[in-house]
Amino acid sequence: MIAVENLVKDFGPHRAVDHLSFSVRAGEVFGLLGPNGAGKTTTIRLLNGLYHPQTGSSRIFGLDPVIKGDLIRARVGVLTETPALYERLSAEENLRFSGNLCGIPQERLVQRVNEVLDWFDLSARSKDRVAGFSKGMKQRMALARTILHEPELLYLDEPTSSLDPESALQVNDLIRKFSHADGRTVFLCTHNLVEAQRLCDRVAVLEQGHLLAIGTPAELSHSLFPAVRLIIEFASLPADLANLLSLVPEIENSSLEGTLLHLELARSAVIPELVTALVNAGARILRVQPQELSLEDVYFRLQEKKDGVK
Amino acid sequence: MRIPIIAAIAKKDLREVSRNRTAWIPAVIVPLIFFIVLPVGFFLLPRLSIIQSAGMRSNITPQELQAVLPPDIASLFNGLSPEGMIPFAMMGYFFAPMFLIVPLMISSIVSSESFAGEKERKTLEGLLYSPATDTELFIGKLLAAFLPGVGFSLIGFVLYAVVVNILGYPLIGRIWFPLPGWWPLIFWIVPGVALLATSVTVLISARVNTFIEAYQTGGALVVLVIGLIAGQASGAIHLTVRVNMLVGLIIWLIDFVLIRFCLKLFNRHALIGKV
Repeated sequence: MIAVENLVKDFGPHRAVDHLSFSVRAGEVFGLLGPNGAGKTTTIRLLNGLYHPQTGSSRIFGLDPVIKGDLIRARVGVLTETPALYERLSAEENLRFSGNLCGIPQERLVQRVNEVLDWFDLSARSKDRVAGFSKGMKQRMALARTILHEPELLYLDEPTSSLDPESALQVNDLIRKFSHADGRTVFLCTHNLVEAQRLCDRVAVLEQGHLLAIGTPAELSHSLFPAVRLIIEFASLPADLANLLSLVPEIENSSLEGTLLHLELARSAVIPELVTALVNAGARILRVQPQELSLEDVYFRLQEKKDGVK
Repeated sequence: MRIPIIAAIAKKDLREVSRNRTAWIPAVIVPLIFFIVLPVGFFLLPRLSIIQSAGMRSNITPQELQAVLPPDIASLFNGLSPEGMIPFAMMGYFFAPMFLIVPLMISSIVSSESFAGEKERKTLEGLLYSPATDTELFIGKLLAAFLPGVGFSLIGFVLYAVVVNILGYPLIGRIWFPLPGWWPLIFWIVPGVALLATSVTVLISARVNTFIEAYQTGGALVVLVIGLIAGQASGAIHLTVRVNMLVGLIIWLIDFVLIRFCLKLFNRHALIGKV
């Protein structure tokens, strides 16, 4: 669906996108993560032909955005960071304008406008000017406009920034529905790692226009944290715990906080033997829990690695 | 080029500007002053007894006035007193270049609103992500500024013609307006000026970020109108049919060059950099 090869974009002396290469498969939710100024929005603009790269190339649906930008934009929907709605126009007028630009036939447009307004719970306010809408409503309106022409690919640039938690949750549910229920491809730019973890099949981490890592959250986590993290909670501790742990060579790191034992193991296969040994030593175990690493852990480890390299 | 897309952009811009009071109030008031208030004032004031009794009469002689008028126009006023001749000369001849302020102003307002205004309200980026090509976007926005400039001028011209003919009828006894020079002014120069105002505002809008900045800088075109008024009042140029055709041709040639330049300038790459 998207293939990017060695893309470079400079603004004067500043390099906004630095030899960026990645691909996005049809039907997946792809997250582009990075702090403000990492080059996420520039990447979206490059992929839609709004900017021309200095070097490198990209193909969207097999088309080059530099040459066939209009054809690409007809098949994608872009939610910009600000809703970019015409505040003096009503919700319906905004959508009709957008539909006309996308070439939706008039009969279909009337039906489609009603559908999306209904879908985003905006029907009751369809004749009202957008200026009077709340932030959450404007964001829903912007999303409604983004999907109005039923695009195959959605670019969502910080879709929940500046939204209250309830509206953000609502927007996340909608993204999930578009991608998983409707099979659309979603390209999500965010610096919200919790949101990315919840929504994305794969992520790429960008820093100053440079790609730091790409993969599924699990792949990234395994590549950055090869050790298996385990938490064991005891009802009562075994005798001579330290000695027992020292006998298991696969344990790379351990720490005890009250009744919670944190372990880093070289491989997960050792867990059953370890639990048996602990029980035989008199331990009473409440739970044994492999610890899932969050995207946040991955992200900050990547930043540490990058800073280490510097 | 896809006409429905161009029409959608123009229609949206017109709808937006019609809902912006800051933009349309001057666009209505100024033409009303030009087309109704001024002619009424020029025709009626000299007849007011208070002015006549105060001795506020014109010192100009018919010969002096006819000297600055082209002969074919001067002959229309033969037999009128200087006081009677002045309103006809003012409204029928000297006022003509002032008429250009209307398309200039309206087209500048709408194009400032549609180009710089979109940047100011942060809606331009959304529009640039639409499937419309750069040319379609440009033509749509150009039409949105050009059509009201020309439309208001035409409506104003009809109103003006009705008002000055009604007011002049008791003195001349016939429908005397428009004089021949007005036809090329209205149908040749006015569209050219509307396009000129739009193109100049587009160029300015690419460099500024607010409606007011674009409108004020574009307003510098008034110098063109002032030049014509001064030239005509001093007798240096006579805006006859032939001269008006020539002035119009020059304006259209400038338009042609400017639009070609604007089309080069008006690309997403350049515009998005300013968002």
